Amino acid sequence: MSGKRFFGTPLPGVSADRLLGALIVIEGPDSSGRSTQIGLLGQWLEQQGYAVAQMGLRRSQLVGAELEAAKQGNVLSPRTMALFYATDFFDQLENRIVPALRAGSVVLADRYIFTLIARAAIRGVDHEWLEALYSKALVPDATYFLSVTSAGLVERTFAARAALDYWESGMDLGLSRDWFDSFLVYQRRLRAEYRRLESRFGLERVNAGRSIRAVQHDLRTRVGAVVERTLGPANGPGDDNGGAEAERPGA
Amino acid sequence: MTAETATLVRRAHAVAHPPVAGRLVAVEGLDGSGKSTQIHLLHQWLLGLGCKVFFSEWNSSLLVKEATKKGKKRQLLTPTTFSLIHATDFADRYERQILPMLKAGYVVLCDRYSFTAFARDRVRGCDGAWLRSLYGFALRPDITFYFRLPLETALGRILDGRPQLKYFEAGMDLGLSADLQQSFRMFQRAVMEQYEQLAGEFGFVTIDATRAIHEQQELVRAIVAERLDLAHFHHQGGA
Repeated sequence: MSGKRFFGTPLPGVSADRLLGALIVIEGPDSSGRSTQIGLLGQWLEQQGYAVAQMGLRRSQLVGAELEAAKQGNVLSPRTMALFYATDFFDQLENRIVPALRAGSVVLADRYIFTLIARAAIRGVDHEWLEALYSKALVPDATYFLSVTSAGLVERTFAARAALDYWESGMDLGLSRDWFDSFLVYQRRLRAEYRRLESRFGLERVNAGRSIRAVQHDLRTRVGAVVERTLGPANGPGDDNGGAEAERPGA
Repeated sequence: MTAETATLVRRAHAVAHPPVAGRLVAVEGLDGSGKSTQIHLLHQWLLGLGCKVFFSEWNSSLLVKEATKKGKKRQLLTPTTFSLIHATDFADRYERQILPMLKAGYVVLCDRYSFTAFARDRVRGCDGAWLRSLYGFALRPDITFYFRLPLETALGRILDGRPQLKYFEAGMDLGLSADLQQSFRMFQRAVMEQYEQLAGEFGFVTIDATRAIHEQQELVRAIVAERLDLAHFHHQGGA
């Protein structure tokens, strides 16, 4: 037993107790250092002998490219956008994450349903509808939220890109014509939304305002414990590939 | 139904919808039931009367069309993503066309509505409560016509006239049968059973689709005239 479960209704055709691997989610705003930390974590886990798979947003074969185009065009309503993102999310969950978990891999997710819920909620889509939408998602074995102060985020964003991002500044919301003001208001709202999700879904906060090394050390301690609990000690991960495909309903 | 799903359904039904000036009419039924013909004739009649009327078709939003086509062609879709991609399409049409038209006081005609998803996606294994919640943002139609005909008749109309069945249309993704036609039969039978249940749950107006086309249309027009105050929907300044 892997102890996996769904938030609500299970995905059709997927039995949770065959998912042997570990699902680790790293959440946090842009420029919080997510991808750097995930890269280092992945390397570290592989060095210990665990197979690692990754997922992120807009990476599905099905709608990844279309979603990118829709994002550029900015013509879809928040609800349509939320559904489009959900399609992208579930395509990856079913076609990549579930097979990887069946095979006993550690899956590192660069954001998960929490960012998708937070972004849509700020844009006026109601919480209950969003939570019902994502009720078919797997509950991660652990979710870490990389937390940075507004001031820290501004510095990191400028250091990385020397410019603010349209979406990460919430410019579509008409909060302010001034990008910087809009960025601050948007990030404040986002943080409030993450705080709500933190208590509701048990996200663990990680202070990302420290050095890369310090954050990585913290993450390795926490992730290492979860992976060992789920898969057993390093160099001895389970070799069961999960067996045959689960049956489709109605067969 | 578990207590949790019952709560979901209650919530989905309890979503408060803003009152709109327009009216919404939907048609549902199996492939081959003649519903598209009937709604086309209804559309023409309303236009002739000088009504403000708008017609919208299932699975027609340009924005997600490419993704849907790709997914279907490559057989990438699972029951969940199949359902979500259609919901995305619907939400796009709903928020940019259907709802604004309703607010502007149009009669909106929909060839298939959320019930198509409730029936088909349920057969594919999606949870009924999840589906109702997914489409919980959509207004209930003022009238939903359900064109009912015996399964064999519907199958005959499709299988006689258009033997090139497509993969998802035939429900091949369900693994019901390796034979395309056999799979189509089994899929349509299951969809029909769902429609029969939905007819009661959502108060469909059932039309006997074995009758002559003009007889059905006469009935449809009479019901629309009775339930909607058509004089109210005339263009300002006449047609």
